[in-house]
Amino acid sequence: MTERASFNLRSPQGGVLEAAADVSGRSLWQDARRRLFANRAAVASMIVLGLVALAAILVPPFLPWTYDQLDWDHVEAMPPSFELGHYFGTDTVGRDLLARTMFGGRISLLVGLLATAVALLLGVSIGAVAGFVGGKTDQLLMRFVDLMYAVPLTFFVIILMVLFGRNFVLMFLAIGCVEWLTMARIVRGQALALKQKEFIEAARAAGGSTFSIIARHIVPNILGVVVIYVTLTIPQVILLESFLSFLGLGVQEPMTSWGMLISEGAQEMEANPRTLVIPAAFLTVTLFCFNFLGDGLRDALDPKDR
Amino acid sequence: MTALLEVRDLKVHFPIRNGWFGAPDMLKAVDGVSFDLVAGETLGIVGESGCGKSTLGRAILQLIPPTAGSIAWLGAPLAHDDAKAVRAARGQMQVVFQDPLASLDPRMTAGDIIAEPLRNFMPDLSAVDREARVADMMRAVGLLPTMINRYPHEFSGGQCQRIGIARAMILGPKLVICDEPVSALDVSVRAQVVNLLMELQRALGLSLIFISHDLAVVRHISHRVMVLYLGRVMELGARDALYATPRHPYTQALLAAVPVPDPEKERAKPRAILGGDPPSPLHPPSGCVFRTRCAHATSICADVVPPLESADARHDVACHHWRTIART
Ligand code: SF4
Repeated sequence: MTERASFNLRSPQGGVLEAAADVSGRSLWQDARRRLFANRAAVASMIVLGLVALAAILVPPFLPWTYDQLDWDHVEAMPPSFELGHYFGTDTVGRDLLARTMFGGRISLLVGLLATAVALLLGVSIGAVAGFVGGKTDQLLMRFVDLMYAVPLTFFVIILMVLFGRNFVLMFLAIGCVEWLTMARIVRGQALALKQKEFIEAARAAGGSTFSIIARHIVPNILGVVVIYVTLTIPQVILLESFLSFLGLGVQEPMTSWGMLISEGAQEMEANPRTLVIPAAFLTVTLFCFNFLGDGLRDALDPKDR
Repeated sequence: MTALLEVRDLKVHFPIRNGWFGAPDMLKAVDGVSFDLVAGETLGIVGESGCGKSTLGRAILQLIPPTAGSIAWLGAPLAHDDAKAVRAARGQMQVVFQDPLASLDPRMTAGDIIAEPLRNFMPDLSAVDREARVADMMRAVGLLPTMINRYPHEFSGGQCQRIGIARAMILGPKLVICDEPVSALDVSVRAQVVNLLMELQRALGLSLIFISHDLAVVRHISHRVMVLYLGRVMELGARDALYATPRHPYTQALLAAVPVPDPEKERAKPRAILGGDPPSPLHPPSGCVFRTRCAHATSICADVVPPLESADARHDVACHHWRTIART
């Protein structure tokens, strides 16, 4: 510790500084959390999202009807009725709309989050490695991405169904396996741009391994872009799921999702706008919240944003 | 005293592709540079932009793989593909970059930036000890330890460079390579940062390689000075000898271009003309690379590469005619 002793010799106004010296260090993450919680729109969005998710999980067991139960006395679209326990009314075949909306919310949120999580994990790690390592690794990974792009999604899903049988967890994986491609390209581009920056060279000169440079410098610096892309991906996946379900490749009746409820409701739009508006309202509020939350996260992760 | 760093005939060539076919052109950024550096010494490297001085620094740090030649660090050879040796050397060989803001990660606090080498080389250090060392280091470079949680954009250029210097010094390195550390700073801050480097050097007994195009700054800080032109050493000598009696026409021209504060003397000063830009390092002139801009060039200069000869003890010059060229 001889060099430390010599530093102390040089402390200009030693006495004054000692008092203020024990300021503890904060990391980017602690700062980001503080900034996120200071953002009203983001906090409100988190609360609303939490409520929607909780409702989707907790409400169905307490309802008088289940999502797949037909009300044989009223096999037709029926307006909301409190005596019968159909708080949002029923759909055209007499199933309780509230129960179906809540159940559909479970599926949609699950699909959206799981598929996005898969896309995030694969896309960020592969994109960062390709962009940062470069050379042959980059070529190999990006040609693989190109190859995957060329495979049509529906075809991919059908192959998976044939191989593994009907299983809607598989569909999450299939969607995630397609969504990560764009993410990987975005992340690779960012990593390529970052690689040129002097601070990456400085990190290497400071003895950082490739892994630690990716984890400590590349990932935090691309997180802003990634967060925005994630908030765009979740709605995309939710809509994609309804498309696949419509083709009979995704969720099967009587199971449902917001996307399916909306497409069913759209057919009844004139007679019973309620069947379209209710699930659409849930979906819209949820997607808005994801967007506000994404904006908030991006701002929170940017130290230049005060 | 054994040399800290021995560089022998170091070459860094970059292939430049023009078109898909044909052999790539070779950009000879550094072409056969040799020198020794002893502990505690400051070597100034000067030259115009594009002369390969930054590439030389990066090649020594193994940030760019050298094409040929050898580097010995503390007597042991340092090869680019010997990851273990490179990593060990990086613990003792640090760098301060030109652009103070660009060399700091915008999403890291000053404290995290300065602590990064500690995390890499002393992972066992407790968080409390690490923070204490960071605070000491911040004080040593003239920053308040209370600034530990600020981000780079909240600092001035000079303060950012102090953070960069703190990061370079925190491991107690033996050599710090400063790549134009003050040229991006305001003139008023320059002297402070240069003096800080000199103070730290004295306090820690480290060696510096100070790369700059600013002859005045190099004169202030260096013990020895190396003049580079198109990747080759033109002249290498002790500071006072080199500035008092430059032997190479290029050095003479560079020094003549530095304005003298006294207008009388400035007017009376003999001028060695240094016209135009240096030729492209893609196609350097044959023989002596400086001949296209040299007033003393003769036919031998076009045919034979002038070797680096000892003019005096510790004063080398690469010119065929150094004996006959009048000293200015
Ligand atoms: S070798 Fe010839 S061209 Fe080169 S510096 Fe000397 S005199 Fe000029």
